[in-house]
Amino acid sequence: MSNQPILPSPETSETVEPVLQKGDVGPSGDWRRFWDPGVLGRLLALVLIFTFFAFAVQGGSFYKLRNLESVLRQSAVYATAALGMTMIIIAGGIDLSIGSVIALTGVVVAWVLTLPQSVSAAPAGSSPANYWIHDWPVLLPCLAVLAGVGAATLAGLLNGLFCVGLRIVPFVVTLGTMMIYRGLAKIIAQERPIYPPASWLSGLMDPTLTTQSPQRWMLLPPGVWLLLLAAVVAAVMLRYTRLGRHIYAVGSNAETARLCGVSVGRTKIIVYTLGGFFGGLAGLMEFSWIGGVGIPTTATGYELAIIAAVVIGGGSLSGGEGSILGSLIGALIITVLSMGGQQMGWPRPVQEMAIGAILIGAVALDYWQRRWRRKE
Amino acid sequence: MGTVARLQMQDVHKRFGATWALRGVNLSILPGEVHALVGENGAGKSTLMKVLSGAVLPDRGQIWLDGQPFTPGSPLHARQAGIAMIYQELSLAPHLTVMENILLGMEPHWGPWVLWGKMRRQAALALAALEIADIPLDKPVRELSVAQQQLVEIARAMAMESRVLILDEPTSSLTQQEIPKLFSLIRRLKARGHSIVYISHFLEEVQQISDRFTVLRDGQTVGAGHTSQTSIDQIAAMMVGREIRELYPRSRRRPGEVVLEVEHLSGPGKPLGASLQLRRGEVLGIAGLVGAGRTELLRTIFGLAPVRAGKIRIGAWLGPGSPPHRWRQGIGYLSEDRKQEGLALGLSLADNITLARLDGLGPGFFVWPSRQADACRFWIEKIPIRCQSPWQPASALSGGNQQKVALARLLHADVDVLLLDEPTRGIDVGSKAQIYQLIDELVVGNPAQGRRPKAVLMASSSLPELLGLCDRIGVMCRGRLVEVRPAPQWTEHELILAATGPADSAPNPPVVRSSP
Repeated sequence: MSNQPILPSPETSETVEPVLQKGDVGPSGDWRRFWDPGVLGRLLALVLIFTFFAFAVQGGSFYKLRNLESVLRQSAVYATAALGMTMIIIAGGIDLSIGSVIALTGVVVAWVLTLPQSVSAAPAGSSPANYWIHDWPVLLPCLAVLAGVGAATLAGLLNGLFCVGLRIVPFVVTLGTMMIYRGLAKIIAQERPIYPPASWLSGLMDPTLTTQSPQRWMLLPPGVWLLLLAAVVAAVMLRYTRLGRHIYAVGSNAETARLCGVSVGRTKIIVYTLGGFFGGLAGLMEFSWIGGVGIPTTATGYELAIIAAVVIGGGSLSGGEGSILGSLIGALIITVLSMGGQQMGWPRPVQEMAIGAILIGAVALDYWQRRWRRKE
Repeated sequence: MGTVARLQMQDVHKRFGATWALRGVNLSILPGEVHALVGENGAGKSTLMKVLSGAVLPDRGQIWLDGQPFTPGSPLHARQAGIAMIYQELSLAPHLTVMENILLGMEPHWGPWVLWGKMRRQAALALAALEIADIPLDKPVRELSVAQQQLVEIARAMAMESRVLILDEPTSSLTQQEIPKLFSLIRRLKARGHSIVYISHFLEEVQQISDRFTVLRDGQTVGAGHTSQTSIDQIAAMMVGREIRELYPRSRRRPGEVVLEVEHLSGPGKPLGASLQLRRGEVLGIAGLVGAGRTELLRTIFGLAPVRAGKIRIGAWLGPGSPPHRWRQGIGYLSEDRKQEGLALGLSLADNITLARLDGLGPGFFVWPSRQADACRFWIEKIPIRCQSPWQPASALSGGNQQKVALARLLHADVDVLLLDEPTRGIDVGSKAQIYQLIDELVVGNPAQGRRPKAVLMASSSLPELLGLCDRIGVMCRGRLVEVRPAPQWTEHELILAATGPADSAPNPPVVRSSP
């Protein structure tokens, strides 16, 4: 019978020293992990960059309330799309089509909002459908949101299906769909902007505190609230759910994940679909940001800025690393840099170069910090 | 001393942060000898190699090369001085051809132009010097077998006119047939006056190939001598610093009901019509040469490879399945390839251990990190795993501890059937002993704590391990599971005979005998 302990007795065991110290685990350990030096350092960098512009921009106008609000509003599009991109990059993928998805969303939204005009161009009838569309100012924008975000989610799902089903690398798949979705947006809009009638959707990104808008009670523009809500959901999902752990595992080592019973293909498809969904939310914000117009050529090049935000925020293109908080900070850094540069009167190329330098600097710092910690 | 040592190290120290990786290493390698360097994982072998290859600078101590003081400042410097390292993970450019690899970085050239004719002659000469005839010069290296790639790398070292050749675990990726070829090559190099440092866990190999040996433990030289005058047990005792009593524990086992039954199972290539029965409370070993289909058998059972014919019955459940099914049915698989497949090295211990069973660590689909850490800490202390925190990345651990993490995953998932593929490959003796003990504990179970006996199906290329640990052993040969017998009825010799098998194996279905 085995009443003997499962461990080798101390004199035969190589490990007699305590294997764990107190405080390694439990809530406090988790909390420490949350504020790991990477995130703290990034926050510090953001504060430094902001302080620089606060002093450098003439008249101290950079840290006026109006400007702070603009920073939030302007970063919201990148940040929202970066939520999905963070998941995709953690899972070891990449999505180059996100800019096109944002444009597609805006165009679909605008197209649905203009539907009544084309309907009423038809012989006027008093059908109930006509009534709802014309005399109910909430329903139609809701439909538009559903259609826009739905189209974006579908686009993300297709990305995932192509990657997993056809076994093509995500870079190529999304490079292809980037062109396909952009083309689709142009076809729907017939290659010119769609101007729908104003609705509450157009006011998604309107400033609240610095104008006498009726949304003043919300303190922040509704789009920014939407971003915060989405960020919390995404962060909780990544950190505290099974799907979240699976996403990290797939990105870190897909073979291990498969061996552990994780359905790698399904996880990837879900991740790309979520990427499309968050791209759709970003598309709604972009639609409002550019004045409630559906422009098929908007958000061109956003994919690179969004990927840059995730990478500045600590995401690794080889997968397994990245965090929502980091990506949000990354998006803010990019926005503060470009707005500050603009207000300093830097030419646009200089702004772009500054962002590029920050991108390389962030990744290099990460690498050296990790090496330094390993040497410890 | 009559002859000047080719390489001499005296009192070499190296500190990383607060820990001394090396604290007093003495090593003396003569011209034309094979010198074995042995030690457990973490004993300081890799740091010593890094010092020799110029990757790290020692803090204290002297090194002489052919009597001249020598302190390599960079890998390039060490290579130019004639010290060539051949690592476990080969460092060849897979897309380039054999001859390009042999002369990589020293291509014969005229101005900017590569002289292809001269290059071909030089590469052919390098291979001919090693009496290697069967490697085509124009083949891309990725199309060669691992053994051939290793030869290419040795040829490259020779083309650089290396005086000291350091081989790190050179046989770990070779098949049984390829090892003798490597050994005869090493002997030829020795005869030509080269010094070879041979690093290995396999003391049998050390005994076979080396002239002298040096044992490292905790960063110090603890012993050295002539291999012919020392027994394997003595070397092992020096490595561990204590006598290894009962490396293979064997409590009284009571095989129970059949938990896994495989009937005439065939995959796309291997296995071919394999049949076996695994009972609760026993260890069934699978022996066989590399490539005989041991891994494929385990992977097919686990649903990682397709089933072409045959049945897999798990308890009362019949039919094929995928890894998610298998985990739910109570079967876990430990991969032979820890680095590529077994572990997500970038993730924490907690994530690695709990990945196969995340439910129960929070309500619904939630997973609380603190519960993950608790589960992980339980196994860290139980097995035990030497680490600092559950949130350490798995990459920070030594090989033996990584393997224990991979095993802890099966224990956390609380599976009934453990499919273990090379559970002790490439790990130190101390960790091996712990893993053997753990396996023994698992199959015995502990009714007092409500732990039922588990069943273990284990593939291994170490015959002593199989004979020591298993209740029954089956042998695979060319994809067929040819014979299963109780372990006491096998000898090492018989196992080898059965594994090498007659060229035209019997076409009739293999006989399976289950234990009484």
